[in-house]
Amino acid sequence: MSAIFILIGISLLVALGFLGAFLWATYSGQYDDDYTPSVRILFDEPHSKNNQSNNK
Amino acid sequence: MADVWVQEKCYHCGEDCIEETIHFDEKAFCCQGCKTVYEILDANKLGQYYTLENAPGISQKDYSQGQKFAFLDHAEIADKLYDFQDANIKKVSLYIPAIHCSSCIWLLENLQQLQEGICHTSVQFLNKKLSITFNADKLNLRALAELLAGLGYAPEITLAESQNKKASPNRSLAVKIGLAGFCFGNTMLLSLPEYLDTDFSLADDYKSFFAYLNLLLALPVFFYAASDYIISAWKGLRHRFINIDIPIALGIFALFGRSTYEILSASGPGYMDSLCGLVFFLLIGKWYQSKTYQALSYDRDYASYFPVAVSKINDDKEQNIPLKDVQVGDQLIIRNQELIPADAILLKGAANIDYSFVSGEAVPVQKSSGDKLYAGGRQVGSSITVEVSKAVANSYLTELWNQDVFSKDKQVHLSSVVDVVSKYFTIAILCISFLTAVYWLVHDSSMLINTVTAVLIVACPCALALTLPFTFGHSMRALGKRGLYLKNTQAIELLSKISDIIFDKTGTITQSKPQQLKLRGTSLSTQEKELLRSAVQHSTHPLSKIIYQSLPDYLGLNICSFFEEIPGKGIHAIIGEHELYLGSESYLCGQSSGDTSTTRVYLKIDGVLKGYYEFDNLYRPGFSSLMHQLSGMYKRHLLSGDNDREKEKLAPYFEEMHFRQSPLDKLEYLKKLDSEGKTTLMLGDGLNDAGALKQSSIGIAVADNIYHFSPACDAILDAQKLKYLDRFLAFTQSSMRVIRGAFLFSFLYNLLGLSFAVSGMLTPLVAAILMPLSSVTVVGFITLAINVRARKLLPPA
Repeated sequence: MSAIFILIGISLLVALGFLGAFLWATYSGQYDDDYTPSVRILFDEPHSKNNQSNNK
Repeated sequence: MADVWVQEKCYHCGEDCIEETIHFDEKAFCCQGCKTVYEILDANKLGQYYTLENAPGISQKDYSQGQKFAFLDHAEIADKLYDFQDANIKKVSLYIPAIHCSSCIWLLENLQQLQEGICHTSVQFLNKKLSITFNADKLNLRALAELLAGLGYAPEITLAESQNKKASPNRSLAVKIGLAGFCFGNTMLLSLPEYLDTDFSLADDYKSFFAYLNLLLALPVFFYAASDYIISAWKGLRHRFINIDIPIALGIFALFGRSTYEILSASGPGYMDSLCGLVFFLLIGKWYQSKTYQALSYDRDYASYFPVAVSKINDDKEQNIPLKDVQVGDQLIIRNQELIPADAILLKGAANIDYSFVSGEAVPVQKSSGDKLYAGGRQVGSSITVEVSKAVANSYLTELWNQDVFSKDKQVHLSSVVDVVSKYFTIAILCISFLTAVYWLVHDSSMLINTVTAVLIVACPCALALTLPFTFGHSMRALGKRGLYLKNTQAIELLSKISDIIFDKTGTITQSKPQQLKLRGTSLSTQEKELLRSAVQHSTHPLSKIIYQSLPDYLGLNICSFFEEIPGKGIHAIIGEHELYLGSESYLCGQSSGDTSTTRVYLKIDGVLKGYYEFDNLYRPGFSSLMHQLSGMYKRHLLSGDNDREKEKLAPYFEEMHFRQSPLDKLEYLKKLDSEGKTTLMLGDGLNDAGALKQSSIGIAVADNIYHFSPACDAILDAQKLKYLDRFLAFTQSSMRVIRGAFLFSFLYNLLGLSFAVSGMLTPLVAAILMPLSSVTVVGFITLAINVRARKLLPPA
């Protein structure tokens, strides 16, 4: 039955991983602007080939 | 005569091509500026701009570059604007009010294709902000601003912005919600065995393992996520003021204290899951309420409008100096479309001052050399030279901001519903706990701590505390969708209680632009109209432009053999064999009749006085029916800076009317109403209303473009929606009724919970069910009720 201790420990670690991911996303500014990215994703890639310089 | 004439629309900005039509690349453009932007974009393979949205551009018609951004060469000013600077890489965020569609985002994020030196750009659409990272070796800030302005995206850089950097976005609430949610979920799972522990007994080591984990998880919630409530309650206590956070904090302490005791003494499982859930729900309510309109600015004072720097004449040389360095006696150059920063005397040039900013009056005033000019006026036309006669902060208009009312936050002297409710609520809870304590002390003192903490736990007004954020949040969104943007949610309660409505006249109840134009005198023949149109097309005077646009396009244009525009007087033109004069009465007739009731332009053709054009204010559509709706319910006042020529026309709508009011008079009037105990709603649009807006219980700025030029206020109303004011007010009253209903609802839950608590039957299971259940049903009730009422009472979005 002590497997439960290990399993709960692991599940908490996984959950903490998600919490960490959420905190990282928040502090990196992902939720500061929740509109513009939804528009940006719809833009086509530029047709011209001469813009390798700005592959960010 | 059938007119088969199709109005061409500009390919760039989509406006009608009125004054001229330029054909280029098989496309029509309304002005050179629009065409130039098209050419630039086309040459840089940025034509996709026009495929994302139809005619997304910003009209370049009124645009003049000049020296507008010269002040950015000033290192002292520019340095304050940077978010970040390294050796040569600099980052700056600019506010660009013109951002309005997805094409804008696309173009502004592809700027690096247009200009070498720009490394990266990103748009924040809702805030209308553009962040640019650029290489300072290749590009300076001024060139950048001019590039943007050339494309129609002129950044708005104001004194206020350069003085105080905006704080980085507040992310702590999101973090707290995330943390509380995480702990809530896990404590629920860990408490599940306890909920089901009625018929099978869990091994003791499991029990204590789960309990200690719960305690661990509750620590960040209690010490971090709930800290706002505890701090707020503490502040309330210190100011001897009972707020809603006191019973909440009491509940949180009781939950945490009792649970910790139970866990450490191994006497029970504790209520940590309820604690985490409570904090989680409360924070969600807070977040819902805190969502406001980021792109709108409610706290603007004159500094937001005034230029950051001005051009000063120093030993015959022109020099850019920061506005704060302007002193009395300085000679300044004010160019087309620039603001006069301080009261000044006109030295030379044709001053044509547009005070629309200050008073809302759209027709510019002509001034001649030696005249006094007031701060806040905007020069239209060629450059003028002025001598500053008063310091910036002591000018006629800006002096208003030296008043007391601007130095303190608005006093909400209404006893708000929440405060009243929470006061009685807290007292009632304390009494019940006390009585419970007394009862159990007499009957069974071992139950004492249990029952008293249970009362405090169950009484914690979670549903009650959620009522306000959700009702106000929903109401605010419903109003925002329909054109009334509130600064914060308190405005709803204030709006529901007003007794007096005070209107400004010019620009608020009258339209700021297209004015009604009437010709009084003999009507003109087609030939005479043609002559007039040929003459006014050369004039840059705004009144000439209005006359030009009022004349139909099918009229031909003749060539003027002679054209002269005399500043402050009018125009004189010779077309073919005809001679035409257009201008002021004194210019045409030699003397003035002294009738200044309306703005008039006289017309004389071949020596015969044809009459005059009269520019009349046009009331906003729906104004009269709005006033009819408001009558009987509210006392209506009018405060106008204008003369009383429209007094009779306005008399049926208002109970009290005051004309020729200075900005200070307006402020004093509101102060007087306030001292009479009235709850006032002030509607205004110009900076001259700023004092009154601030002094009123609630000030609403009426704006044609909500992102532009609104004085400090509590709410911004789209001018087109002014006619729905009565419905907005009715809706806020209805929202307050929803709140009362929801309060009743949550009281019933509290009574139910209390009946468990006082009898000592509050198990963790009951607490875990009752608390979320009450919150969810109350929030559901509110959402439904507000949406139904919004649909019924408000105009369609």
